[in-house]
This record gives sequence, C-alpha cells and structure tokens, in this order.
Amino acid sequence: MTVLMQAKGIRRHYPVGGGLFAAKGLVKAVDGVDFTLLEGETLAIVGESGCGKSTLARVATLIEPPTDGELLIDGKVVANDAARRNLRLSVQMVFQNPFGSLNPRKTVGRILQEPLEINHRGTAAEREQAARAMMDKVGLRQDQFGRYPHMFSGGQRQRIAIARALMLNPRIVVADEPVSALDVSIQAQVLNLMMDLQEELKLAYLFISHDLSVVRHIAREVMVMYCGRPVEHGPKDSIFATPRHPYTRMLLAATPSIDPTRRKQAVTIKGELPSPLNPPPGCAFASRCPYAAARCTAERPEPRAFAGHLVACHELERIEA
Amino acid sequence: MALLEIRNLVVEFGTARGRFRAVDGVDVTVDEGEILCVVGESGSGKSVSMLAAMGLIGWPGRVTADVMRFGGIDLQGLSARDRRKVVGKDMAMVFQEPMTSLNPCYPVGWQIGEALRAHHAVPKPKIRDRVVELLDQVGIPDPGRRMNAFPHQMSGGMNQRVMIAMAISCNPRLLIADEPTTALDVTIQKQILDLLIGLQAEHRMGLVLITHDMGVVAETAHRVQVMYAGQMVEQQSTDALFSAPRHPYTAALLDALPERAHGRSRLPTIPGVVPGIDDRPAGCLFNPRCSAATDLCRTTAPEVRDGIRCHFPLGQGHGA
Repeated sequence: MTVLMQAKGIRRHYPVGGGLFAAKGLVKAVDGVDFTLLEGETLAIVGESGCGKSTLARVATLIEPPTDGELLIDGKVVANDAARRNLRLSVQMVFQNPFGSLNPRKTVGRILQEPLEINHRGTAAEREQAARAMMDKVGLRQDQFGRYPHMFSGGQRQRIAIARALMLNPRIVVADEPVSALDVSIQAQVLNLMMDLQEELKLAYLFISHDLSVVRHIAREVMVMYCGRPVEHGPKDSIFATPRHPYTRMLLAATPSIDPTRRKQAVTIKGELPSPLNPPPGCAFASRCPYAAARCTAERPEPRAFAGHLVACHELERIEA
Repeated sequence: MALLEIRNLVVEFGTARGRFRAVDGVDVTVDEGEILCVVGESGSGKSVSMLAAMGLIGWPGRVTADVMRFGGIDLQGLSARDRRKVVGKDMAMVFQEPMTSLNPCYPVGWQIGEALRAHHAVPKPKIRDRVVELLDQVGIPDPGRRMNAFPHQMSGGMNQRVMIAMAISCNPRLLIADEPTTALDVTIQKQILDLLIGLQAEHRMGLVLITHDMGVVAETAHRVQVMYAGQMVEQQSTDALFSAPRHPYTAALLDALPERAHGRSRLPTIPGVVPGIDDRPAGCLFNPRCSAATDLCRTTAPEVRDGIRCHFPLGQGHGA
C-alpha cells in the first residue's frame, strides 16, 4: 500500500483578540496530530464541534499552512509555496453544505470545467468532454449539463460537488461532513457513490464527520479528536467494539441506537467541551471524565499504544481493570 | 380523553404557482404522559403541522381541520386573545435553533420571566426566584449568576436548556419540541433528551418530539408517526415500527440507515427524491419511489387504514 499523506505533529494555532477590550489569546485549534493515509483507504476524523476537525481538513487540503509540524504528500514535504502549489492538485475537497459551496450563477458544466480552466488543462473541447465524462461517472444526466445548481436537490448538488473535486484526478479527497446536510434516503445514495468512486479510482478519503453510524459504515481507520488533540486512533472495528478512551466510550454511549430494545438510559453525561481559548492544563477531558485522577488535571497525557490503538489517557490500566 | 386531538388537518400556502398543500389530512392525538415522535425528511410537513396546532401559521398560510381540540377546548373557535392564554401556558413549544430563537438583546433570565409575566403564573416579586428554580431544574450550573447572561455568552446546549426552561415555566400539559437537538453535538443531545424525558415523566406531560433522526425516535418515543410529503404514512408503537415497519417508505428509510447495513457493502437506497411543489404524482405520493407500486398505486391515493396509508401494507402478504 502506498502512503499518500502523512502528518507529523501538525499544529495550527490562531492568535485572537488583542483588540480594545479583549486580551490577546491563542486558540490551539489543532495541537499535535499524526496520521498516515494509505491509497484507497478511508481515515475518519470524528469529534464534536470545536474539536479541530475542520481546521485539520483545511491544513490537509493545503488551504492553510500548519503552525508547526510536517505534512508529506506522496512522500514529498510540503515546505514552501512552490511545493504547495504543485501538491495542491492532488488533494481536493468536498464541503459540508452543497447549497453554499456551488456558485449559483454558473451552470453545472461551467462548475465542472472551472478547475481545468484555472490550471490550463486541455482545449475547450477537451474540457467539455472531461466534464461530461465525469457527469456520467457520478450519476448525473447529460441533459443536466447546462442547468444551474438551484435546479437540483441536495443529494444531486452533492454529486456535483464530488464531481468537481474529482476533475483534476486527485489521489486524496478530503470530505468535510459530506452527508450531514442530507436526508437519510439521500445520504445513502451519496455514501454509495463515494464508495464506488473510491474503488474505481483508488482514492484515499480523509472523511470528517460527527456521525458515528456513517463513519462506522465507510471508514477503515478512525481517529477521535477532543479539543484539538487526538484521544484515540485505531482500526474501525476495534474502536467500535472495544473503545478504550473514556471520551470514545462516552461518544458511543451517547449516540442514539435505532434499536428501541437497547435504550441506554443508564449512561449519564456531564459537562461540555472546554473553551479552546484557555484549555485546562492536564487532560482536556478531565473535567467530564468519570475516571479522572489527580494526575489528569496536572499532566497532559501523550498518545501511547494500548491494545492496538493509540490512546491518550493516563488511567487506562485502572479503567480496564 | 386525549390531551391534543386533531382530525384532518390541512395547511395550505398561497404561492405564485397556486396553492401548495404542506400538510394534507393529518390526524394527531396525544395523551397525557405520552411521548409521540413525528419523524420525516425535510419538507415532509412535520414542523408545519405542529406550528399549526400552536396557532403559529400566519399569512399566506391557511389552516383547516375537522377537529382541533386541546384539553377539551376547541382551538379553532377561540379568539386570538383567548388562544394566547392557552399557547405558551398549557401548550408550549421548544424550537429548533436556540441561537436564533432567543432574543440577543435581553438576558436569558429576563426572557424566561417574560412567559411568567405574560401568564401571571407567579406573583411579581416571586418571578426571580422562579426563574432561578427553573434554570436549576434544567441543569444550568450557578443559576443565580447565569440568569443575567446573554444568549451569546452561553453555549448551544445551555441555550437549548434556557429554551426548555422557558417552555416549562408555566407547567404546560403539552410540550412540543421541534428538532430540539438537531443543532447540538451527540453528548449534549443525550443530555437534552434525558432532560426532556425526565421532565415529561415528572410532570406527566404530553410530549411531541419532531425529529428526522431515527435514533432519537428509537431512544425516546412511545408512539411514532411517520410523515412523507405532507401526509402521515404510518403510525405505530415504537417497538412495532422498528421491528416490523408496515409502510414501504418506513421500511426503505430504516434500511437506508448505515447502522442497519452490516459490513462494508452498498447501502440500500430509495431512488428519486421527495416530491416538491410542482411534481406531486397522481395516486399514492410515494409510488414513483416505491419498489412494490402497482397500477392501483399510480392512479388512486390510498386512505389511512389501521394507521397505514398504503394499498398494500407490508407484513400481510402482497396483494392480500
């Protein structure tokens, strides 16, 4: 298996405030993330709002440079702007909301040809041909070539967005919540399309989602993030079968199951995400964790190997016992 | 006697292209102490039918119903003034997006107090105490201080708790919650649902939960109504609905959930999309997407029988 993307200690910090009334601060949106993405595989990044998963997507698509850390695409380091420009072509993105990510004043044909025009690929005739071929691939009809985005339903629009992302033959697609704005019956169509395209084109997906049932269906590996840091990383099946980190357990327990005979009334969940502006010292999850000990509020746990997962928790042995 | 009883509810909106039926012949009954879930995809009319029950549909919408009774009172015969005495007091609503439903210009405590003042629920000097008590009840820490906070100073989950505090301030007999957890993260969603169910059990309220999330339905409801394109297509107890759905739409919807697909295979899908304003088909509204549709389905609209709007309900042999 070819390694397509590798992240080593990625950090992305934003300075905030420093205005008339606000004190200067530093939001550590992503604070030390490592992962490897293989050809034809799906890595899912899971977490609640504010955990840094979308910022990670922006770094992975080279929209923003990381504050610290190294990103390798196809074995090449993304070091400067020139390298960035070249490598950017092989990473494309599908956005969450297909109602906002398509230009309402352009027809589907124009939207699909735009990436080729910007990069001076082929003649006008070749570009049109490429766009039409891509429409077939994602299940859009040829007579829809001249239509505008508002004439399509949400699911169809997400097909257009996926087609646009694939126009430059990328090897990596970063999908930021691609189905969360869609109804269930439409969601299944888009997930099937994404899986078919992955098989056909050997695409690697960085799949960002908060919906665990979708992740369970599409991913091979799962990384759970909390407050900008990965708390657990491992193969999908074992993450869902035997979650190790207390946050992963809580996330799985909170997800409603569609089996009414298995109502999980017993689990109680307290607290909310801490502000990323001044995260607690120690473990960010300590304030909500039922197993928190003195060490957890003082010292930040680093990810360590535990039963085939990478888990960032001091108290694992005690929890498992 | 049912707490809320609505028969043959129709909500129409006048549009440039003629009248559009957003809700078409829906019956709703809710008993005291019951949790009813209304589930459907976007545009199925689930929110509009409940807004109509609350009397919150304005021009160009038009609401008609054969029966619309709440606790023995005929809601249609009430004057606007009398209706306002009921709405917000005995029947209350929690809206979907707490951030846009709260007034950004007033502290949350004042906004909760507004309901108490409007309905003279407690004597004026006691209002502050009652607000603190309500905030405490919905699980907001340090309520005495938090009541002076503005909505933008609180998180989405906390604001949703404020909305719930506002809705239960006058001890309603019926609480309608319109997608109360859709904008929230799963761990917060779990907290809010537990809170709603706890309050419902404690006060023997009727609770109508509008949602598109089958997981939420399975975790909370006693009874479920499935809506499709403005019509109720199936009504069953929760256990029966999930173990043996009888309308083809419900069955297809459940099959399309990734949770039900075992292993890494293709998900079963429902072809096509929910019909919009222009393309409502003749006959059964679901027939173009239904795998079991016959000529009868394409020409004649089915009536609701035994809680199912289908010519050929599943589970009793096709064509029986």
